[in-house]
Amino acid sequence: MSLLTLNSSATKAREGKHWFARTPHEMPETEETGKTVATIESLSRRRKLRSLLMNCVVVVSACVVVIPVISIFWTALTRGIAQLSPYFLTHNMRGIVGGTYPYGGIFHAISGTVEITGVTMLICAPLGIFAAIYINEYARRSRLSRLVVSAVNIMSGIPSILAGLFAYALFSLLSGVGTINGFVGVVALAVLALPTVIKTSLEAVSRVPDTLRESALALGASRSVMIRKVVLRTALPGLVSAVILAIARIIGETAPLMIAAGIVDNTNFNLFSGRMMTLPAYIYNEYSQGLATCPTAHVASLMPCDPQIRIERAWAAALVLILLVAVFNAVGHWVARRSMAGSRHS
Amino acid sequence: MQINALRKVSAVGIILAMAAGLSACGDNQTTANAAAQENHGEEVQLKGEFAGSGASSQKSAVDAWIARFNANQPDATIAYDPSGSGAGVSTFLTGATLWAGTDAALTSEQVEQSKKVCEGQTAFDIPVYISPIAVVYNLKNAGLNDTHVNLSPATIAQIFNGKITKWNDKKIAAENPKIASKLPDLNITPVWRSDKSGTTKNFVSYLADASDGAWTYEVGENWPNKIGMGAKGTSGIVSTVSQAEGTIGYVDASQAGSLGTAAIKVGDNYVPYSAEAAAKVVDASPRDKDATEKGRVVIDIDHTTTESGAYPLVLVSYDAVCPVYKDTQDGEFVKQWLSYVVSEEGQSTAAENAGSAPMSPALRSDVLKSIDLIGSQK
Amino acid sequence: MNPMFQASPASPRFKRVVEGACIAVLAFFAAVVVFLVLRAAPVLSSGKATEKELSTLTSGSVTSLAEYLGPLVFGTLLASFVALVIAIPFAVGTALVISQFAHGKVRTALSAVIDLLAAIPSVIYGLWGVLVLVPASGGFWSFLNRYFGWIPLFSGTVAVPARTMASAGVVLAIMIIPIIATISRDAFLQVPSQDKEAALALGATRWEMILAVVMPAGRSAVMASILLGLGRALGETMAVLMILSPASGYSVHLLEATQNQTIAANIAAQFPEADENGVGLLIATGVVLFIISFVVNAIAQKVVARGEKSEKHEAAQRHATAESGEGNPA
Repeated sequence: MSLLTLNSSATKAREGKHWFARTPHEMPETEETGKTVATIESLSRRRKLRSLLMNCVVVVSACVVVIPVISIFWTALTRGIAQLSPYFLTHNMRGIVGGTYPYGGIFHAISGTVEITGVTMLICAPLGIFAAIYINEYARRSRLSRLVVSAVNIMSGIPSILAGLFAYALFSLLSGVGTINGFVGVVALAVLALPTVIKTSLEAVSRVPDTLRESALALGASRSVMIRKVVLRTALPGLVSAVILAIARIIGETAPLMIAAGIVDNTNFNLFSGRMMTLPAYIYNEYSQGLATCPTAHVASLMPCDPQIRIERAWAAALVLILLVAVFNAVGHWVARRSMAGSRHS
Repeated sequence: MQINALRKVSAVGIILAMAAGLSACGDNQTTANAAAQENHGEEVQLKGEFAGSGASSQKSAVDAWIARFNANQPDATIAYDPSGSGAGVSTFLTGATLWAGTDAALTSEQVEQSKKVCEGQTAFDIPVYISPIAVVYNLKNAGLNDTHVNLSPATIAQIFNGKITKWNDKKIAAENPKIASKLPDLNITPVWRSDKSGTTKNFVSYLADASDGAWTYEVGENWPNKIGMGAKGTSGIVSTVSQAEGTIGYVDASQAGSLGTAAIKVGDNYVPYSAEAAAKVVDASPRDKDATEKGRVVIDIDHTTTESGAYPLVLVSYDAVCPVYKDTQDGEFVKQWLSYVVSEEGQSTAAENAGSAPMSPALRSDVLKSIDLIGSQK
Repeated sequence: MNPMFQASPASPRFKRVVEGACIAVLAFFAAVVVFLVLRAAPVLSSGKATEKELSTLTSGSVTSLAEYLGPLVFGTLLASFVALVIAIPFAVGTALVISQFAHGKVRTALSAVIDLLAAIPSVIYGLWGVLVLVPASGGFWSFLNRYFGWIPLFSGTVAVPARTMASAGVVLAIMIIPIIATISRDAFLQVPSQDKEAALALGATRWEMILAVVMPAGRSAVMASILLGLGRALGETMAVLMILSPASGYSVHLLEATQNQTIAANIAAQFPEADENGVGLLIATGVVLFIISFVVNAIAQKVVARGEKSEKHEAAQRHATAESGEGNPA
């Protein structure tokens, strides 16, 4: 009979979550009604069967989730590994024609991604962390803080492509229609990165226990010194992980960068002039160009030429990008876990 | 102090050397540089960055052109963003790029607008890339990818407007008596460009002109119906068609790859696509009567031509440029660039690497006249 | 005094700096919103101004904004709905396995897999979807169509290759599974083990324990995670752009190609060929998408807030019960 009570209490729990409070009352009830042993036996067999079945369903669903991960990695590895070489990482696409050898590389895309992501974080990390400090340390309930918090909530829902359109349209207005360069990409990514940085660093700063703050103040430290020497220092791992997670969030952005930073074959280190290639844009561009042509004369002379080269390059670049993001994520999570453990210790 | 300063200098030196090494490995060196430079010593040497953007159809050809052009001008960095014809022209009209590649000739409105960026002169467009559009299909399992299925414009129109739905339809069989038994009882899935495209406009206007009224949609750069499925870009069509038996689509011929291609009816014969057949129809076509502004060379493709061996389904892609640029070096670059692109060597480079049709000498001499306008007035 | 705490005269300056950062952030966000709204407003408010923009984007086949925007909104919602329906059972199942079934290495490995899924950029999902999933899933879709074709969702002729809403939905689902799974997992892990043990001691099977204890406790977090996943699915661009064969219309035939298009993918597809007017119109559609995802986000925050409140309430109640030794006040 305990099935019935459990079921009914489950419904109650779903309704009002009072199940925990009720258990003491229901326990004697089950004892009272536990007379018809046979019914219980048959019932419990059905229940066990059902439990087993549902357990299986749940485990299978988890296994199914693993399939796409394996498939994506397997495809990226098998199709991309052939192109992945020191040459591929240190050359750009300048002067690469069709499917003919040499096959070119992704140096320009890596440098563009590193530069755009790096500058975005150079702008967003201090801004976001300072804003978090202000909100948590100086004015928890001020109007400014509340405004920023709700703005962050709103902006964290902005579709990434809209961020790209914003940056494009803004610079069209500021410096002429059709302005496309690395910095436009930085502005687009800043819209996406700032909310993440502020949210995560606010969490990190607020995890610093108040006792630390109080003891620093009691020792005669001014508020700003207390913040810099105690709060920031204690929250440092959390802040680092905030930055790293934000990087992982923006490094794979494709659509806004194709709009704002454009597509180009050359290596361009200048953020403020000329288009700048990024890894995700490179992947999409290679995919979207389809088959590469092999001139008949070339084929006749037995020179190497691969019509599928663009897809292979796309997968090789995808492999590099996955590894980059995975490393950033792993480091971010590791630092975050350490910071959580650290704050628990103190 | 001196030692310190020395250290600083050497540190800077090392950093510079590293940067130089980095950029050296970042930029691919073409081996033919030195030899080529000696041969073309008489040309003005260009230095700096020169950017264009526009039609993605030209991209393969432009890649090859840039590689060869750089052999003579190793210090010129040329960037071409295949952002699309529309984006290319609008960027060009803001002055942010030196030239635009476009699958559609400029409108008179755009020519008027160009005065802003061309120092008061009007921009002009000249053909640089002529490529047959292939009607591609996937009938691999039926064994028909290696033979050309014959299709008349009217039949193509009815396939793409959903009137003919099976590969073994009587109309298709009637045009292909030799392989009629091999045509499978399979649904036809038309595949078209889901993005705005000059290829679509060319294809649709061919159907409208040549299908004897079977094609009733308005001519435009957007695909007009929802029959079958849409795919983004030429590569989207190629990958969609190659993924499923029974599909049919239209792509720049250089992308047809291993897919089957149709022979289309011209006069009484069926002509498979080829660069020569495409060049033929361009020569037989008149100039656009509306494009009268100075320097413009716009071809009004004669889709209903009956000339034997001509393939009237072609894409003519243009470069839009200014006759005068603010910076004289920009003008010099554009002049050299276009001269190379339309030259015999440039056209055969494109033919080799992108499967395009080389331009005829008659057309070239007209185009060169326009190119001569660049930089002549100040 | 500890030298670490030498009072510096720059104290107020530091406050001013952080306050300035706060104001800068706010100004930046305000600028984004105001600018986007300013660009979108003329398109959204007046019917006349849109005519030109619409004709440049659609070659004149669509004449009113509602006609243009309606199907896009519908397609966006449909894609997200399909993704959610597929994702929720798998994500919650995975979260349960991680939190209730697996231990030690298996738990760590599964968690790592979920983290990896979250780390993969969307363009790679798109690449995988169009090159691997679409050709591989054809058989499954025709199976669905053959045996479940009587359901309108699965009716019609199955598109080959499957560049359909169904395929796009599957890829979107894979993308949002980690969002739902990680948040649900964390919530499930928070369930006190004595509660679970109590249920098991009462004779509940493991599944009954999950239904009665774990799920109710994690309910608000699961709801919030689903809404967050929905937010991600709404704004996803590349995967849909690369997989879906687009069309403007209202249709729920998931297995047919060329039925719908989403707002984000439409922007990415049309932007390259759009002129200035067209960009204005695209921004307007983007703002509509922003509003939709804002509403979803706001609901998510409400759910989280209410969940926290009721948890606190519950904890307080339990505390009171334990203190007084009385039953619950019912």
